[in-house]
This record gives sequence, C-alpha cells and structure tokens, in this order.
Amino acid sequence: MSTHVVEYLHPIYGIMAEFETPGELVEAARRTREAGYRKFDAYSPYPLHELDEAMDLHDNRVSLATLVGGLLGCAGGFGLATWCAAVAFPLNIAGRPLISVPMFIPITFECTILLAGLTAAISMIMMNGLPSPYHPVFNVERFANASRNKFFLCIESEDTKFDREDTARFLETLQPEEISEVAR
Amino acid sequence: MQQPVELPDRIEVGPVIDEGHSLASVSDKITGIVLKRKTTLGWIFGFLVSFAVLQNLMAAATWLFVKGVGVWGINIPVGWGFAIVNFVWWIGIGHAGTLISAILLLLNQSWRNAINRFAEAMTLFAVMCAGMFPVLHTGRPWLAYWLFPYPNTMDLWPQFRSPLLWDVFAVSTYFTISAVFWYVGLIPDLANLRDTSKKRWQQLVFGGLAMGWRGSARHWQRYEKASLLLAGLATPLVVSVHTVVSFDFAVSIVPGWHTTIFPPYFVAGAIYSGFAMVLSLMIPLRHFYGLQDVITMRHLNNMAKVTLATGLIVAYGYMMEAFFGYFSADTYEKFMIWNRMTGPYAMFYWTLILCNIITPQFLWFKRIRTNVFVLWCLSIVVNIGMWLERFVIVITSLHRDFLPSSWSMYWPTLWDWMTFTGTLGLFLTCIFLFVRVLPSITIFELRMLLPGARVKEPIAQ
Repeated sequence: MSTHVVEYLHPIYGIMAEFETPGELVEAARRTREAGYRKFDAYSPYPLHELDEAMDLHDNRVSLATLVGGLLGCAGGFGLATWCAAVAFPLNIAGRPLISVPMFIPITFECTILLAGLTAAISMIMMNGLPSPYHPVFNVERFANASRNKFFLCIESEDTKFDREDTARFLETLQPEEISEVAR
Repeated sequence: MQQPVELPDRIEVGPVIDEGHSLASVSDKITGIVLKRKTTLGWIFGFLVSFAVLQNLMAAATWLFVKGVGVWGINIPVGWGFAIVNFVWWIGIGHAGTLISAILLLLNQSWRNAINRFAEAMTLFAVMCAGMFPVLHTGRPWLAYWLFPYPNTMDLWPQFRSPLLWDVFAVSTYFTISAVFWYVGLIPDLANLRDTSKKRWQQLVFGGLAMGWRGSARHWQRYEKASLLLAGLATPLVVSVHTVVSFDFAVSIVPGWHTTIFPPYFVAGAIYSGFAMVLSLMIPLRHFYGLQDVITMRHLNNMAKVTLATGLIVAYGYMMEAFFGYFSADTYEKFMIWNRMTGPYAMFYWTLILCNIITPQFLWFKRIRTNVFVLWCLSIVVNIGMWLERFVIVITSLHRDFLPSSWSMYWPTLWDWMTFTGTLGLFLTCIFLFVRVLPSITIFELRMLLPGARVKEPIAQ
C-alpha cells in the first residue's frame, strides 16, 4: 500500500480511499459513519444494498414524486377525455351518456403510467444532481476504475470533522489499497 | 412421525455466467466489443444487406405518398390488410423485451441480467417498425398528428371512446416508457465506456450521454428505486398495450373478432412471438461475438421454456376461438370459423396451426432446448407462425362480409411486400447499429451475478 498526499495550494475536495472488494467498502463506510463523519460518499461499479444501511441512506423522494406524477397523470388523462367528450365536442349518440367512464379507463391508465414513469426517471436524474459534466472526484486518475472494478470512499472537506491529516490517518486505519487527495 | 421428504436439487442447465470471470474481465469483455473490436467484414456485410432491404420501405412509402393507399391490396370489405397484420406482429415482438426487463426484474430472476439490454433495444426497434404501419395506413400520413388531442382551428377533438385512439395513447406511452427505461439502464454502462475509452471524441460522446454518472452510493440508492418503479409501471403497461391492440378487434362486432378471449390471448401471443424473436437474434449474436460465457445455455433453455409455456396459452386461445364459434349458435360466427378452417385461406390457417401449436411441442425435450441450431430454427418457425396468426385473424374475419354480395378476396401487392420487408430491414439496421455502438449486455447487472460480487454470499440451505 502506498500513500500519495499531494500538497495543493487550494483547499481540496476531500480524501479518497480505494478498496479491492465490496465487503471492504461497506465495512469502511460503516466505520466512517461511526467515526462521526457525515459528508462522505461511497462509489461502486454496481449497486450495493448494504451501503444503504451502512451509510444510513433512506431517500424516498423518488417514490413520492412518482406517486404524485402518477396521480396527476390519472387525473389529467381522465379530465382530458371527459372534457373533450362532454364539454369541447359533445356528440349525442342515441342519448348515451357523454361521460362514459368505462370507455375513458384505457386512456386514463396510459396517462397515469406515462406521467409516473417520466417522473420516476426525471426525478431520479435531477435529485442525483445530473447531468454534472464536472465533478472533483474525477480528478483522481484511478477513479476511472470506479465504473469498472474498484470501490472508493471519499470523505469530503466540507465535513465539520474533516482535518487533512487526521482524516488521512483515519482512512489509513481502514486499510485501503491507496489513499489520494481529491483536488477541487 | 412422517419422515421429511428429500427434494431433489433443482436441475439447472449450466450457470448464469461461466466461471473464471472477474469484475474487470466482464467489464472489459463487453466494453471491448464497442471500443476495441474492429468492425468486421461480417458486420459490414450484414449492415449493408439490412440497409439495402430498408430501401424497400423508402421506395414503397414514396409510391404510397404519390398514389395513396390504393397501391396496397386493401379493398372493401378487407380495409385492414398488411398494415394491421404487420402492426400487430411487430408490437407483439416488442413485448418480450419489456417482459424480460420489467417482469423478470420484479420476479427477481437474475438470469435475465445478461439479456435484458438487448431485448429492450429489440422492443424499441420493433415498436418503431410497428408505428410505421398505422401512420402509413391513415392514407395521409402527414396529417397523422390529427390523432392527438390538441386545440385546432377545426375545433375538433378526438373520439376518446374509440379503441383506435386508445391505441395511439397506448403505443406512444409504450415507446416513451421503453425508451426511458432503456436509457436509465444504460447510464452506468455509458459511464464505464467513458472511463475506458481512449479516444477523445468517444469520451465526449459517452461522457455526455452518461451525464456525469460516478457510481455514488447516494445515486445508486435513488437509481435502484427509480428502476424498480419503472419496472413496476412497465409491467401493467406491457399487458395493457396488447390488450388495447386486441380491443381494436374485440370492441368491434365483426365475427371472429368480437370475443372476450382476445386480450389474454393476444398478450400471450405477443410474449410468445417476442421470445421467439429474442432467440432468433440472440443465438447469432452470442455466436458471432463469442458471448457464450455470458449468454449461457441456461438463458436459451429458460427462454425456450417461456416460449413453450406461452405457446400453450396461444394453443388454448385457438381452441377457444373454435369453441366460441361453435357454441355461439350464431350463423355468422359458425360460418366464420368454418370458413377459416376450410375456406380459401385454409392453407394459412393450417400452416399457422403447424407453426404455432405443433412445432413448439418439440421444446418439451431438453435435448432440443439445448441444441442451439435446432432452437434457432424453431424460433424462426414460431415467428412465421405468429405472423400467419395475425394474417388469419385480420383477413379471414373481414373477407366474408355479412352479405355475400360484398364478399371479396385480399391479396397483398408488391408494395405491401416491399413495405413489410422494408420494416424488417429497418429493424435489422437498427440492431446492427446498436450492437456496434452500445454495450448490448448490461455490464453493471452482469457484475452482480459474479461470485464475490455480494458483500455477504447468501448462506446455502
């Protein structure tokens, strides 16, 4: 294991540790949280559900947004059909009711799915802060492997407990492959 | 006390992913197909042939725009010819993609991970081909936007009680949600391509498409939630789409169409033809790209089983159709089914029974399910059978109208055939481009199948 601590003139974004296996990353995330750090993030090439628990992640806003989108789509679809058929363009066909609910169900259903699905995708992308063409973590050269086969943990300098030397020393205790400072 | 019965271990045909792969090796294998592999002569040849066949569509559509729908074989009473046959066939093919990506995700069938990206792409391209037909069939395709409700100077609004309008909403929603689901699934893999590629322009293109994805745990958490929600929404959607397509028929009062069996029978038929198409495309793909270690015999075996199961549901549908005709005691219904079996199109009906009911019975045998070449041939037969099914449903129900004076025959013209083969060309062109420029296998989901990928391996019981 080697350590590269580069002195930068500008304040850094954080300190990053690299791990070989998912188990090590989850363990590191748990211990980082236990050590009192809050502004840190773990990076993995595929979703690790254990990290949600280790980092205490429980963001349900995507589900909530999807529910709202679905309800709006449902009301919108039914409203559109009703308004068109009963208000904007009423056709009296042998005295049948203008608001023929069963016939409006397919379109109400499709609109519900359409809006809920779009909301799910768009809210996920927006809440993740994407698209973000630039992010400091990419300054670490080895981070290119985060989408391939390596696991990373980065403690951010904005954390109140962050101290350039102490945090680096703490990360050492997690026995990572490598530790690097992340330029801003 | 009774002894607990020893259950035999589940018999599996090989693993989901072959041994010897690591996180790095699967990533490099799949990204290598896009980034490193030289464009082979075989690819260029295949692409050029598909692209040439696609020109049929252009020529046929141009002639259609010049002359009108009279260039097709349609007439009165057979107003729905090839256009509707092919529309229903293509839409059905798309359904397997959504089934694999959404329903199997909800059912936690991890073997789907290797094949879902490709199947979803197939869905998108099939829906594109399908959408072509109703638009061309309107006769004035440049006015196709009239189908959507929008404020216009004519002060007209679409008829929301018509299954044809339901179709517009169902198919456009289906395409949109499939495209969104597909793109969301692509994001982490695009990030992998961005980080692996060495050329600047590739980094820019893949980087732009990946939107700066960095695999953060906070992002993955929302990502997983959104994927699950999209899968949950796509599942009823896929069932609804072919149900609505079947309503185009079932809501009418034409003998042979006006039956309650249509929605479930159409949905099963759609999945049946879709799985057959996935097999037809996947078998050459894994052969030419050497993907036998990630698209294993287990995948082919499972897909063959789904094909068999849905094929049996379709067979039940045919039986019920015949039974309804007989049991209805309605002259027209009885005549319709009798005419279908013995009339001028009887050849089509019996070929359809041969392709769709008799042939898939071979899939009961494991030796056939694991024989790649035979399986591929069977899948082609099923595709032909399902096309014939749509032909039989559309044409035989219409060509004998209620009054014998309006009886007629329908035969497709050259332009019909050119339009149909043209969409086959469009489909294959898209598939060729897709496997060349994008990872045709979901890399990040493949990683999850590797031994050691989980933090704690599940305890064997």
